[in-house]
Amino acid sequence: MFKFLSQLGLYFLLLKKVFSKPERPSLYYKQTMRELVYLGLNSIGIIAIISFFMGAVITLQTAYNTENPIYPKYLIGLGCRDSIILEFSSTVASLILAGKVGSNIASEIGTMRVTEQIDALEIMGVNSASYLILPKLIATLIFNPVLALLGIVIGIFGGWIAGTWAGVVSSEDFIYGIQYAFIPYYITYSLVKMVFFAFIITSVSAFQGYYVAGGSLEVGRASTKAVVYSSVLILLFNVILTQLLLS
Amino acid sequence: MIKVKNLDKSFNGRMVLENISVTFEPGKTNLIIGKSGSGKTVLLKSIVGLLEPDAGEVWFENTLFNKLDFAAKKDIRSQMGMLFQGSALFDSLTVEQNVGFPLDMFTRKTPEEKLDRINFCLNRVNIINSNKLFPSELSGGMKKRVAIARAIALNPKYLFCDEPNSGLDPVTAILIDELIKELTEEYSITTIVNTHDMNSVMEIGEKIIFISDGQKCWEGSKNEILRSDCEPLNEFVFANSLAKQLREGLK
Repeated sequence: MFKFLSQLGLYFLLLKKVFSKPERPSLYYKQTMRELVYLGLNSIGIIAIISFFMGAVITLQTAYNTENPIYPKYLIGLGCRDSIILEFSSTVASLILAGKVGSNIASEIGTMRVTEQIDALEIMGVNSASYLILPKLIATLIFNPVLALLGIVIGIFGGWIAGTWAGVVSSEDFIYGIQYAFIPYYITYSLVKMVFFAFIITSVSAFQGYYVAGGSLEVGRASTKAVVYSSVLILLFNVILTQLLLS
Repeated sequence: MIKVKNLDKSFNGRMVLENISVTFEPGKTNLIIGKSGSGKTVLLKSIVGLLEPDAGEVWFENTLFNKLDFAAKKDIRSQMGMLFQGSALFDSLTVEQNVGFPLDMFTRKTPEEKLDRINFCLNRVNIINSNKLFPSELSGGMKKRVAIARAIALNPKYLFCDEPNSGLDPVTAILIDELIKELTEEYSITTIVNTHDMNSVMEIGEKIIFISDGQKCWEGSKNEILRSDCEPLNEFVFANSLAKQLREGLK
């Protein structure tokens, strides 16, 4: 319990350092642009592939579980749409990003720690926490919601392709289904969750990397911890945010 | 002048430095020597503020450095350059960007002025036509020299070197030692070098402090080191057979 509280305290102290005034905003801007490419643009591929196949599977499973004349076929499109918007585009995508982006952040910062690059920054008088972590936070807070929107579009597209290709739903029924009883607030809900999860992934992973002590083995461990802790927190906050935003 | 008074440092209850007091001479190459694990790096990191001492004082001229907060330390840190054991070049930046980093961060120079300064520093350490290379493309000796170029980019008043020639062949190690000595004399820098290499001691040491088991055992010059009565120092200095023969000769 004491260890948990001291780690929590250390986490908030790190955040305080991260959000202090930048030395040279123009350099932070450059770093943010770089992180947008590394952490954001480079994640489009994996989000696109997984969204497509998840949409396809959700459509087929919905179709095979509602093979009853009572249920209209357009419910398959509706089910795919709501599953993708409510859960997949934010929560599942964030779990995937925790694996990709989280481990990347923890290992990058952890390696900088064990190779004394962070010490070199500190010696120069640079606030290393802010310089290394703030641009990553800004980049993920901006880009992860974009990834969520992309995931929604590609996921539904994947569902439409799979549904029509397998012959379980007609194109007209599917398109009618994805328009039927659409609640725009669900998109807001998804994006709000994505912003929270982006903060969790980046800050928790950066924390794990920043306080690494030792060598490459510890960097590996920090990377694993970053993924595990981020994932657990994402699942916990998914429940809390769902209750707060949908109740 | 850098002055350390009664400095203590422990990790998890284990004393690593005990009551260290020393004055480093300005404009000279000061050496901290000792066996591996004797506390040299901890002392150096405590002096530059990377580690917080448990007790004691670190003075830079008339400023009590270790009691300042991060923002207040910045002024003195802008006058420091440090060469780390593993060079600590930023992996994601090229040689030119590494040397230019402190200039980007702390000066208002134009891009042309920065490039001039970068090229001057790189030429000074004999790195030519390597501006666009990344650290992973450099040899160990080149990395050290680029790290020295980065350390002197802002014309530091103090230069700290942690094991500057570890992992280098003897010829390259001597080149690095000579470079540190030349820069110290050329720019009147107060230099503190951590080393366990006796070649470095005899090559560049002006003032030498010997640390053993976290305590300062001896201080003096390179001329005095061979005639010292300090037993742990003699064990360290005359560790190999060649040195032992030299000692017999001296007797």
